[in-house]
Amino acid sequence: MKDPIIQCDQLSLLLGGMKVLDKVTLSVHDGDFLGIIGPNGGGKTTLLRVILGLEAPSAGSVRVFGGAPGSFPARIGYVPQRLFFDRDFPISIRELVLMGRISNKKLFQHYNKRDREKADEAICTAGLERLAERRIGDLSGGELQRALIARALAGDPELLLLDEPTASIDPQMKTTIYDLMEHLKEKLTIVLVTHDTGTISRYVTRTASLNVTLELYESALSPNRESLSALYHYPVNPVVHHSQVSRTLDHP
Amino acid sequence: MLHEILAYEFMRNALLAALLSSVACGIIGTYVVVKKIGFISGGIAHTAFGGIGLGYYLGINPLLGVIPFSLFAAVAIGLMSKKAKVAEDSAIGTFWAVGMAVGVICIGLKPGYAPDLFSYLFGNILTVPTFDLWMILLLDLFIIGVVWLLNKEFLAISFDEEYARVSGLKTTALYLLMLCLIALTVVVMMRVVGIVMVIALLTIPAAIARMFSRTLPGMMVLAIALSSLFSIIGLWFSYQWDLASGATIIVVSGSAFFLVHAWRQLTAVLKAQ
Repeated sequence: MKDPIIQCDQLSLLLGGMKVLDKVTLSVHDGDFLGIIGPNGGGKTTLLRVILGLEAPSAGSVRVFGGAPGSFPARIGYVPQRLFFDRDFPISIRELVLMGRISNKKLFQHYNKRDREKADEAICTAGLERLAERRIGDLSGGELQRALIARALAGDPELLLLDEPTASIDPQMKTTIYDLMEHLKEKLTIVLVTHDTGTISRYVTRTASLNVTLELYESALSPNRESLSALYHYPVNPVVHHSQVSRTLDHP
Repeated sequence: MLHEILAYEFMRNALLAALLSSVACGIIGTYVVVKKIGFISGGIAHTAFGGIGLGYYLGINPLLGVIPFSLFAAVAIGLMSKKAKVAEDSAIGTFWAVGMAVGVICIGLKPGYAPDLFSYLFGNILTVPTFDLWMILLLDLFIIGVVWLLNKEFLAISFDEEYARVSGLKTTALYLLMLCLIALTVVVMMRVVGIVMVIALLTIPAAIARMFSRTLPGMMVLAIALSSLFSIIGLWFSYQWDLASGATIIVVSGSAFFLVHAWRQLTAVLKAQ
Protein backbone atom coordinates (compact mmCIF):
# COMPACT_ATOMS: atom_id res chain seq x y z
CA MET A 1 0.00 0.00 0.00
CA LYS A 2 1.22 3.47 -0.86
CA ASP A 3 2.21 5.83 1.90
CA PRO A 4 -0.61 8.09 2.99
CA ILE A 5 -0.62 11.68 1.76
CA ILE A 6 -1.54 13.00 5.19
CA GLN A 7 -0.68 11.07 8.32
CA CYS A 8 -1.62 12.47 11.75
CA ASP A 9 -0.67 10.41 14.80
CA GLN A 10 -2.01 11.24 18.24
CA LEU A 11 -2.00 14.89 17.23
CA SER A 12 -2.81 17.35 20.01
CA LEU A 13 -2.77 21.10 19.98
CA LEU A 14 -3.15 23.67 22.72
CA LEU A 15 -4.03 27.22 21.76
CA GLY A 16 -3.91 29.74 24.58
CA GLY A 17 -4.18 26.94 27.15
CA MET A 18 -7.23 25.44 25.47
CA LYS A 19 -7.09 21.98 24.00
CA VAL A 20 -8.24 22.49 20.43
CA LEU A 21 -7.23 19.09 19.08
CA ASP A 22 -6.91 16.01 21.25
CA LYS A 23 -5.11 12.86 20.07
CA VAL A 24 -6.31 13.11 16.52
CA THR A 25 -5.22 10.18 14.39
CA LEU A 26 -6.03 10.35 10.73
CA SER A 27 -4.64 9.21 7.44
CA VAL A 28 -5.64 10.44 4.04
CA HIS A 29 -4.67 8.36 1.02
CA ASP A 30 -4.27 9.12 -2.63
CA GLY A 31 -7.70 9.60 -4.21
CA ASP A 32 -9.59 10.09 -0.96
CA PHE A 33 -12.28 12.69 -0.64
CA LEU A 34 -12.54 13.22 3.09
CA GLY A 35 -15.26 15.41 4.52
CA ILE A 36 -14.63 16.75 8.02
CA ILE A 37 -17.68 18.02 9.85
CA GLY A 38 -18.09 19.39 13.32
CA PRO A 39 -19.30 22.37 15.31
CA ASN A 40 -17.70 25.81 15.40
CA GLY A 41 -14.64 25.76 17.61
CA GLY A 42 -14.34 22.04 17.09
CA GLY A 43 -10.87 22.43 15.60
CA LYS A 44 -11.65 21.87 11.92
CA THR A 45 -9.83 24.94 10.66
CA THR A 46 -7.02 24.36 13.14
CA LEU A 47 -6.50 20.84 11.81
CA LEU A 48 -6.11 22.25 8.31
CA ARG A 49 -3.71 24.87 9.61
CA VAL A 50 -1.58 22.15 11.20
CA ILE A 51 -1.54 20.21 7.94
CA LEU A 52 -0.45 23.39 6.15
CA GLY A 53 2.32 24.06 8.64
CA LEU A 54 0.74 27.27 9.96
CA GLU A 55 0.40 25.82 13.47
CA ALA A 56 2.83 23.45 15.13
CA PRO A 57 1.30 20.55 17.07
CA SER A 58 1.81 20.48 20.84
CA ALA A 59 2.10 16.69 20.79
CA GLY A 60 1.95 13.90 18.27
CA SER A 61 3.15 13.97 14.70
CA VAL A 62 1.97 15.10 11.29
CA ARG A 63 3.48 14.05 7.99
CA VAL A 64 2.33 15.48 4.71
CA PHE A 65 3.67 13.80 1.56
CA GLY A 66 6.07 12.06 3.90
CA GLY A 67 7.63 15.31 5.14
CA ALA A 68 7.03 17.96 7.74
CA PRO A 69 3.98 20.15 7.08
CA GLY A 70 4.87 23.08 4.86
CA SER A 71 7.66 21.19 3.07
CA PHE A 72 5.83 20.83 -0.23
CA PRO A 73 3.76 23.95 -0.84
CA ALA A 74 3.54 23.30 -4.58
CA ARG A 75 1.77 19.97 -4.06
CA ILE A 76 -1.03 21.45 -1.96
CA GLY A 77 -3.87 23.70 -3.03
CA TYR A 78 -5.51 25.61 -0.20
CA VAL A 79 -8.87 27.32 -0.22
CA PRO A 80 -9.10 29.38 2.96
CA GLN A 81 -12.39 30.14 4.61
CA ARG A 82 -11.86 33.37 6.39
CA LEU A 83 -11.24 36.00 3.82
CA PHE A 84 -8.22 37.77 5.20
CA PHE A 85 -7.94 39.94 2.16
CA ASP A 86 -9.67 43.13 1.36
CA ARG A 87 -12.51 42.94 -1.15
CA ASP A 88 -11.51 46.38 -2.47
CA PHE A 89 -8.01 45.24 -3.39
CA PRO A 90 -7.31 46.36 -6.97
CA ILE A 91 -6.89 42.94 -8.54
CA SER A 92 -8.74 40.99 -11.22
CA ILE A 93 -9.79 37.35 -10.98
CA ARG A 94 -7.13 36.46 -13.52
CA GLU A 95 -4.39 37.95 -11.37
CA LEU A 96 -5.82 36.43 -8.22
CA VAL A 97 -5.75 32.99 -9.82
CA LEU A 98 -2.25 33.63 -11.18
CA MET A 99 -1.11 34.04 -7.58
CA GLY A 100 -1.81 30.35 -7.14
CA ARG A 101 1.23 29.72 -9.35
CA ILE A 102 3.61 31.32 -6.86
CA SER A 103 4.31 28.04 -5.06
CA ASN A 104 5.82 26.75 -8.32
CA LYS A 105 8.03 29.77 -8.86
CA LYS A 106 11.39 30.79 -7.50
CA LEU A 107 12.09 34.09 -5.81
CA PHE A 108 12.56 36.93 -8.37
CA GLN A 109 11.08 34.78 -11.16
CA HIS A 110 8.31 36.54 -13.02
CA TYR A 111 5.17 34.75 -14.18
CA ASN A 112 5.56 33.44 -17.72
CA LYS A 113 3.30 32.23 -20.52
CA ARG A 114 2.93 28.78 -18.99
CA ASP A 115 1.81 30.25 -15.68
CA ARG A 116 -0.79 32.32 -17.47
CA GLU A 117 -2.02 29.27 -19.36
CA LYS A 118 -2.31 27.28 -16.16
CA ALA A 119 -4.22 30.13 -14.54
CA ASP A 120 -6.60 30.33 -17.51
CA GLU A 121 -7.15 26.59 -17.34
CA ALA A 122 -8.08 26.84 -13.66
CA ILE A 123 -10.40 29.76 -14.45
CA CYS A 124 -12.16 27.57 -17.04
CA THR A 125 -12.46 24.66 -14.61
CA ALA A 126 -14.12 26.94 -12.12
CA GLY A 127 -16.39 28.33 -14.85
CA LEU A 128 -15.22 31.91 -14.50
CA GLU A 129 -14.07 32.65 -18.07
CA ARG A 130 -16.48 35.49 -18.56
CA LEU A 131 -15.56 37.12 -15.27
CA ALA A 132 -11.79 36.79 -15.58
CA GLU A 133 -11.14 40.51 -15.99
CA ARG A 134 -13.51 41.58 -13.23
CA ARG A 135 -12.17 43.10 -10.05
CA ILE A 136 -12.67 40.77 -7.12
CA GLY A 137 -14.77 43.42 -5.41
CA ASP A 138 -17.42 43.09 -8.14
CA LEU A 139 -18.01 39.38 -7.53
CA SER A 140 -20.72 37.63 -5.58
CA GLY A 141 -19.76 35.41 -2.66
CA GLY A 142 -20.12 32.26 -4.74
CA GLU A 143 -18.07 33.64 -7.62
CA LEU A 144 -15.33 34.72 -5.27
CA GLN A 145 -15.34 31.30 -3.66
CA ARG A 146 -14.91 29.66 -7.06
CA ALA A 147 -12.10 32.12 -7.82
CA LEU A 148 -10.35 30.98 -4.65
CA ILE A 149 -10.75 27.37 -5.73
CA ALA A 150 -9.33 28.32 -9.13
CA ARG A 151 -6.36 29.94 -7.40
CA ALA A 152 -5.72 26.71 -5.50
CA LEU A 153 -6.01 24.68 -8.73
CA ALA A 154 -3.67 26.92 -10.72
CA GLY A 155 -0.69 25.54 -8.86
CA ASP A 156 -1.40 21.99 -10.15
CA PRO A 157 -1.77 20.49 -6.67
CA GLU A 158 -2.17 16.83 -5.79
CA LEU A 159 -3.97 17.59 -2.56
CA LEU A 160 -6.75 20.12 -2.19
CA LEU A 161 -7.68 21.48 1.25
CA LEU A 162 -10.92 23.40 1.46
CA ASP A 163 -12.12 25.24 4.53
CA GLU A 164 -15.88 25.83 4.52
CA PRO A 165 -16.12 26.57 0.80
CA THR A 166 -19.88 26.89 1.00
CA ALA A 167 -20.15 29.11 4.06
CA SER A 168 -22.01 32.35 3.43
CA ILE A 169 -23.16 31.65 -0.10
CA ASP A 170 -26.65 30.97 -1.37
CA PRO A 171 -27.92 27.37 -1.74
CA GLN A 172 -27.84 27.31 -5.50
CA MET A 173 -24.24 28.41 -5.56
CA LYS A 174 -23.44 25.69 -3.04
CA THR A 175 -24.60 23.13 -5.54
CA THR A 176 -22.28 24.43 -8.24
CA ILE A 177 -19.37 24.40 -5.80
CA TYR A 178 -20.12 20.79 -4.87
CA ASP A 179 -20.50 19.83 -8.50
CA LEU A 180 -17.11 21.38 -9.12
CA MET A 181 -15.72 19.25 -6.29
CA GLU A 182 -17.32 16.15 -7.78
CA HIS A 183 -15.46 16.90 -10.98
CA LEU A 184 -12.16 17.53 -9.18
CA LYS A 185 -12.19 14.39 -7.10
CA GLU A 186 -11.38 12.35 -10.21
CA LYS A 187 -7.91 13.85 -10.27
CA LEU A 188 -7.24 15.13 -6.77
CA THR A 189 -7.15 14.04 -3.19
CA ILE A 190 -9.52 16.33 -1.33
CA VAL A 191 -10.01 17.22 2.31
CA LEU A 192 -13.07 19.34 2.86
CA VAL A 193 -14.06 21.02 6.09
CA THR A 194 -17.70 21.96 6.22
CA HIS A 195 -20.88 22.68 8.07
CA ASP A 196 -23.05 21.12 5.39
CA THR A 197 -23.46 17.83 7.19
CA GLY A 198 -26.36 16.70 5.07
CA THR A 199 -24.94 17.61 1.71
CA ILE A 200 -21.42 16.31 1.76
CA SER A 201 -22.38 12.67 2.21
CA ARG A 202 -23.35 12.55 -1.47
CA TYR A 203 -19.89 13.52 -2.57
CA VAL A 204 -17.26 12.34 -0.14
CA THR A 205 -15.70 8.91 0.13
CA ARG A 206 -15.20 9.20 3.87
CA THR A 207 -16.52 11.40 6.64
CA ALA A 208 -14.89 12.40 9.89
CA SER A 209 -16.49 14.35 12.67
CA LEU A 210 -14.25 16.57 14.68
CA ASN A 211 -15.04 18.12 18.01
CA VAL A 212 -11.61 18.36 19.63
CA THR A 213 -11.45 14.58 19.22
CA LEU A 214 -11.91 12.98 15.86
CA GLU A 215 -14.22 10.18 14.87
CA LEU A 216 -13.77 8.61 11.48
CA TYR A 217 -16.44 6.92 9.38
CA GLU A 218 -14.86 4.58 6.86
CA SER A 219 -17.55 5.06 4.27
CA ALA A 220 -19.41 7.69 2.38
CA LEU A 221 -22.42 7.08 4.56
CA SER A 222 -23.18 10.15 6.54
CA PRO A 223 -23.18 9.90 10.27
CA ASN A 224 -26.78 9.34 11.26
CA ARG A 225 -28.99 11.91 12.78
CA GLU A 226 -28.46 10.74 16.35
CA SER A 227 -24.70 10.89 16.18
CA LEU A 228 -24.83 14.28 14.48
CA SER A 229 -27.06 15.63 17.19
CA ALA A 230 -24.67 14.29 19.79
CA LEU A 231 -21.77 15.98 18.00
CA TYR A 232 -23.45 19.33 17.76
CA HIS A 233 -25.26 19.19 21.09
CA TYR A 234 -28.47 20.24 19.44
CA PRO A 235 -30.90 18.56 17.05
CA VAL A 236 -29.65 18.37 13.49
CA ASN A 237 -31.90 18.18 10.47
CA PRO A 238 -30.48 16.70 7.32
CA VAL A 239 -30.99 19.12 4.43
CA VAL A 240 -32.42 17.65 1.26
CA HIS A 241 -30.06 18.31 -1.58
CA HIS A 242 -31.48 18.68 -5.06
CA SER A 243 -29.41 17.24 -7.81
CA GLN A 244 -28.72 19.78 -10.46
CA VAL A 245 -26.47 19.84 -13.46
CA SER A 246 -24.33 22.88 -13.38
CA ARG A 247 -23.86 24.93 -16.50
CA THR A 248 -20.55 26.16 -15.29
CA LEU A 249 -18.83 22.82 -15.69
CA ASP A 250 -19.98 22.05 -19.18
CA HIS A 251 -17.17 22.99 -21.44
CA PRO A 252 -17.31 22.23 -25.12
CA MET B 1 4.64 81.80 -15.63
CA LEU B 2 6.35 78.43 -15.36
CA HIS B 3 9.21 79.91 -17.30
CA GLU B 4 9.62 82.60 -14.70
CA ILE B 5 9.68 80.10 -11.86
CA LEU B 6 12.17 77.84 -13.56
CA ALA B 7 14.61 80.67 -14.00
CA TYR B 8 15.63 80.14 -10.37
CA GLU B 9 17.94 77.23 -9.68
CA PHE B 10 16.32 76.54 -6.31
CA MET B 11 12.94 76.26 -8.03
CA ARG B 12 14.33 73.87 -10.60
CA ASN B 13 15.80 71.76 -7.80
CA ALA B 14 12.55 71.92 -5.88
CA LEU B 15 10.58 70.75 -8.89
CA LEU B 16 13.04 67.93 -9.55
CA ALA B 17 12.91 66.85 -5.92
CA ALA B 18 9.11 66.84 -6.02
CA LEU B 19 8.99 64.75 -9.20
CA LEU B 20 11.72 62.33 -8.14
CA SER B 21 10.26 61.73 -4.73
CA SER B 22 6.82 61.19 -6.27
CA VAL B 23 8.19 58.08 -7.95
CA ALA B 24 9.14 56.40 -4.67
CA CYS B 25 6.05 57.78 -3.02
CA GLY B 26 3.64 56.39 -5.63
CA ILE B 27 5.18 52.92 -5.73
CA ILE B 28 5.66 52.38 -2.01
CA GLY B 29 2.55 54.36 -1.08
CA THR B 30 0.55 51.82 -3.09
CA TYR B 31 1.79 49.01 -0.86
CA VAL B 32 1.23 51.09 2.27
CA VAL B 33 -2.39 51.69 1.26
CA VAL B 34 -3.33 48.19 0.09
CA LYS B 35 -1.56 46.52 3.00
CA LYS B 36 -2.98 49.12 5.42
CA ILE B 37 0.32 49.83 7.12
CA GLY B 38 0.03 53.60 7.25
CA PHE B 39 0.51 53.73 11.00
CA ILE B 40 3.69 51.63 10.80
CA SER B 41 4.97 53.96 8.11
CA GLY B 42 4.22 56.94 10.34
CA GLY B 43 6.14 55.21 13.13
CA ILE B 44 9.16 54.60 10.91
CA ALA B 45 9.09 58.22 9.74
CA HIS B 46 9.04 59.66 13.23
CA THR B 47 11.64 57.24 14.54
CA ALA B 48 13.84 58.49 11.72
CA PHE B 49 14.09 61.82 13.50
CA GLY B 50 16.52 60.09 15.86
CA GLY B 51 18.78 59.60 12.86
CA ILE B 52 18.63 63.27 11.99
CA GLY B 53 19.60 64.20 15.52
CA LEU B 54 22.41 61.65 15.46
CA GLY B 55 23.70 62.90 12.10
CA TYR B 56 23.57 66.46 13.36
CA TYR B 57 25.42 65.52 16.55
CA LEU B 58 28.13 63.67 14.63
CA GLY B 59 28.41 66.55 12.19
CA ILE B 60 27.62 64.50 9.08
CA ASN B 61 24.93 65.02 6.44
CA PRO B 62 21.73 64.19 8.31
CA LEU B 63 20.62 62.09 5.33
CA LEU B 64 23.51 59.73 6.07
CA GLY B 65 22.42 59.48 9.69
CA VAL B 66 18.80 58.97 8.86
CA ILE B 67 19.17 56.10 6.38
CA PRO B 68 20.67 53.51 8.76
CA PHE B 69 18.51 54.77 11.61
CA SER B 70 15.23 54.46 9.72
CA LEU B 71 16.20 51.04 8.34
CA PHE B 72 16.89 49.91 11.88
CA ALA B 73 13.53 51.32 12.97
CA ALA B 74 11.75 49.47 10.17
CA VAL B 75 13.28 46.11 11.03
CA ALA B 76 12.83 46.60 14.78
CA ILE B 77 9.18 47.65 14.54
CA GLY B 78 8.49 44.83 12.08
CA LEU B 79 10.15 42.16 14.21
CA MET B 80 8.60 43.43 17.42
CA SER B 81 5.09 43.30 16.03
CA LYS B 82 5.56 39.98 14.19
CA LYS B 83 7.74 37.91 16.47
CA ALA B 84 7.63 39.29 19.99
CA LYS B 85 4.23 39.15 21.57
CA VAL B 86 3.86 42.90 21.56
CA ALA B 87 0.71 44.55 20.30
CA GLU B 88 1.59 46.21 17.02
CA ASP B 89 0.36 49.65 17.99
CA SER B 90 2.32 49.58 21.25
CA ALA B 91 5.50 48.66 19.36
CA ILE B 92 4.92 51.43 16.86
CA GLY B 93 4.01 54.03 19.48
CA THR B 94 7.08 53.24 21.53
CA PHE B 95 9.48 53.53 18.62
CA TRP B 96 7.71 56.65 17.39
CA ALA B 97 8.31 58.50 20.66
CA VAL B 98 11.72 57.05 21.54
CA GLY B 99 13.08 57.87 18.07
CA MET B 100 12.01 61.47 18.42
CA ALA B 101 13.38 61.60 21.96
CA VAL B 102 16.81 60.36 20.81
CA GLY B 103 16.78 63.06 18.15
CA VAL B 104 15.92 65.79 20.63
CA ILE B 105 18.62 64.62 23.07
CA CYS B 106 21.30 64.47 20.38
CA ILE B 107 20.43 67.95 19.16
CA GLY B 108 20.46 69.25 22.72
CA LEU B 109 23.94 67.79 23.29
CA LYS B 110 25.39 69.76 20.40
CA PRO B 111 25.97 73.35 21.40
CA GLY B 112 24.49 76.05 19.23
CA TYR B 113 21.32 76.47 17.26
CA ALA B 114 20.20 73.88 14.73
CA PRO B 115 18.91 76.07 11.93
CA ASP B 116 17.65 73.59 9.36
CA LEU B 117 16.09 71.21 11.85
CA PHE B 118 12.72 72.66 11.12
CA SER B 119 13.09 71.76 7.48
CA TYR B 120 13.53 68.06 8.31
CA LEU B 121 10.43 68.07 10.47
CA PHE B 122 8.20 70.02 8.13
CA GLY B 123 10.09 69.91 4.86
CA ASN B 124 11.60 72.67 2.87
CA ILE B 125 11.78 71.73 -0.71
CA LEU B 126 13.20 75.13 -1.66
CA THR B 127 16.52 74.39 0.00
CA VAL B 128 17.22 70.97 -1.49
CA PRO B 129 20.93 70.79 -2.32
CA THR B 130 22.11 68.97 -5.44
CA PHE B 131 23.68 66.21 -3.33
CA ASP B 132 20.26 65.34 -1.93
CA LEU B 133 18.81 65.24 -5.43
CA TRP B 134 21.33 62.59 -6.43
CA MET B 135 20.56 60.71 -3.25
CA ILE B 136 16.84 60.77 -4.01
CA LEU B 137 17.50 59.57 -7.56
CA LEU B 138 19.66 56.70 -6.27
CA LEU B 139 17.04 55.63 -3.74
CA ASP B 140 14.36 55.82 -6.44
CA LEU B 141 16.33 53.49 -8.68
CA PHE B 142 16.94 51.08 -5.83
CA ILE B 143 13.25 51.01 -4.89
CA ILE B 144 12.18 50.49 -8.50
CA GLY B 145 14.71 47.68 -8.88
CA VAL B 146 13.62 45.80 -5.77
CA VAL B 147 9.93 46.19 -6.56
CA TRP B 148 10.49 45.03 -10.13
CA LEU B 149 12.32 41.93 -8.93
CA LEU B 150 9.86 41.08 -6.19
CA ASN B 151 6.55 42.33 -7.57
CA LYS B 152 4.85 38.94 -7.42
CA GLU B 153 6.02 38.32 -3.86
CA PHE B 154 5.01 41.80 -2.70
CA LEU B 155 1.62 41.40 -4.35
CA ALA B 156 1.15 38.06 -2.59
CA ILE B 157 2.03 39.32 0.89
CA SER B 158 -0.01 42.50 0.41
CA PHE B 159 -3.04 40.56 -0.67
CA ASP B 160 -3.04 37.72 1.83
CA GLU B 161 0.04 37.12 3.94
CA GLU B 162 -1.11 33.78 5.28
CA TYR B 163 -1.81 32.38 1.84
CA ALA B 164 1.62 33.63 0.75
CA ARG B 165 3.15 31.71 3.64
CA VAL B 166 1.25 28.56 2.73
CA SER B 167 2.61 28.99 -0.80
CA GLY B 168 6.12 28.70 0.60
CA LEU B 169 7.13 32.37 0.67
CA LYS B 170 9.37 33.71 3.41
CA THR B 171 6.73 36.21 4.41
CA THR B 172 8.45 37.74 7.43
CA ALA B 173 11.63 38.48 5.48
CA LEU B 174 9.60 39.95 2.61
CA TYR B 175 7.54 42.05 5.00
CA LEU B 176 10.69 43.41 6.67
CA LEU B 177 12.13 44.22 3.26
CA MET B 178 8.92 46.06 2.41
CA LEU B 179 9.19 48.06 5.64
CA CYS B 180 12.80 48.90 4.74
CA LEU B 181 11.64 50.24 1.38
CA ILE B 182 9.10 52.34 3.26
CA ALA B 183 11.94 53.64 5.45
CA LEU B 184 13.94 54.62 2.36
CA THR B 185 10.89 56.31 0.89
CA VAL B 186 10.50 58.28 4.10
CA VAL B 187 14.09 59.46 3.67
CA VAL B 188 13.32 60.50 0.11
CA MET B 189 10.19 62.39 1.10
CA MET B 190 11.72 64.06 4.13
CA ARG B 191 13.12 66.92 2.11
CA VAL B 192 9.82 67.55 0.40
CA VAL B 193 7.23 67.47 3.16
CA GLY B 194 9.23 66.63 6.30
CA ILE B 195 8.91 63.57 8.50
CA VAL B 196 5.87 64.81 10.38
CA MET B 197 3.83 64.99 7.17
CA VAL B 198 5.41 62.17 5.17
CA ILE B 199 2.56 59.87 5.98
CA ALA B 200 0.05 62.10 4.20
CA LEU B 201 1.92 62.18 0.92
CA LEU B 202 2.66 58.47 1.20
CA THR B 203 -0.99 57.53 1.53
CA ILE B 204 -3.15 60.20 -0.12
CA PRO B 205 -2.10 59.82 -3.79
CA ALA B 206 -2.22 56.02 -3.50
CA ALA B 207 -5.57 56.09 -1.72
CA ILE B 208 -7.08 58.21 -4.49
CA ALA B 209 -5.39 56.06 -7.18
CA ARG B 210 -6.90 52.94 -5.65
CA MET B 211 -10.42 54.14 -6.40
CA PHE B 212 -9.66 54.26 -10.10
CA SER B 213 -7.29 51.33 -10.56
CA ARG B 214 -7.84 47.73 -11.55
CA THR B 215 -4.29 46.53 -10.97
CA LEU B 216 -1.47 47.27 -8.59
CA PRO B 217 0.95 48.54 -11.29
CA GLY B 218 -1.82 50.79 -12.63
CA MET B 219 -2.39 52.11 -9.15
CA MET B 220 1.33 52.85 -8.78
CA VAL B 221 1.49 54.82 -12.02
CA LEU B 222 -1.60 56.84 -11.13
CA ALA B 223 -0.28 57.46 -7.60
CA ILE B 224 3.03 58.74 -9.04
CA ALA B 225 1.12 61.07 -11.36
CA LEU B 226 -1.12 62.36 -8.56
CA SER B 227 1.79 62.83 -6.19
CA SER B 228 3.66 64.82 -8.86
CA LEU B 229 0.56 66.88 -9.56
CA PHE B 230 -0.07 67.69 -5.89
CA SER B 231 3.58 68.58 -5.36
CA ILE B 232 3.67 70.91 -8.36
CA ILE B 233 0.39 72.61 -7.46
CA GLY B 234 1.48 72.92 -3.83
CA LEU B 235 4.81 74.33 -4.89
CA TRP B 236 3.13 76.86 -7.15
CA PHE B 237 0.76 78.01 -4.39
CA SER B 238 3.61 78.30 -1.95
CA TYR B 239 5.55 80.39 -4.47
CA GLN B 240 2.55 82.61 -5.23
CA TRP B 241 1.56 83.35 -1.68
CA ASP B 242 4.82 82.72 0.10
CA LEU B 243 3.58 79.76 2.11
CA ALA B 244 5.53 76.88 3.68
CA SER B 245 6.08 74.52 0.74
CA GLY B 246 5.73 71.13 2.48
CA ALA B 247 2.59 72.13 4.34
CA THR B 248 1.04 73.58 1.19
CA ILE B 249 1.66 70.33 -0.70
CA ILE B 250 -0.05 68.41 2.10
CA VAL B 251 -3.03 70.77 2.17
CA VAL B 252 -3.40 70.44 -1.60
CA SER B 253 -3.25 66.63 -1.38
CA GLY B 254 -5.67 66.50 1.53
CA SER B 255 -8.13 68.80 -0.24
CA ALA B 256 -7.99 66.60 -3.32
CA PHE B 257 -8.65 63.55 -1.14
CA PHE B 258 -11.74 65.11 0.41
CA LEU B 259 -12.99 66.45 -2.91
CA VAL B 260 -12.68 63.07 -4.62
CA HIS B 261 -14.50 61.38 -1.75
CA ALA B 262 -17.22 64.00 -1.68
CA TRP B 263 -17.66 63.70 -5.43
CA ARG B 264 -17.91 59.90 -5.17
CA GLN B 265 -20.49 60.15 -2.42
CA LEU B 266 -22.47 62.67 -4.40
CA THR B 267 -22.50 60.60 -7.59
CA ALA B 268 -23.47 57.52 -5.59
CA VAL B 269 -26.40 59.38 -4.05
CA LEU B 270 -27.49 60.79 -7.42
CA LYS B 271 -27.26 57.35 -8.99
CA ALA B 272 -29.39 55.84 -6.24
CA GLN B 273 -32.18 58.29 -6.94
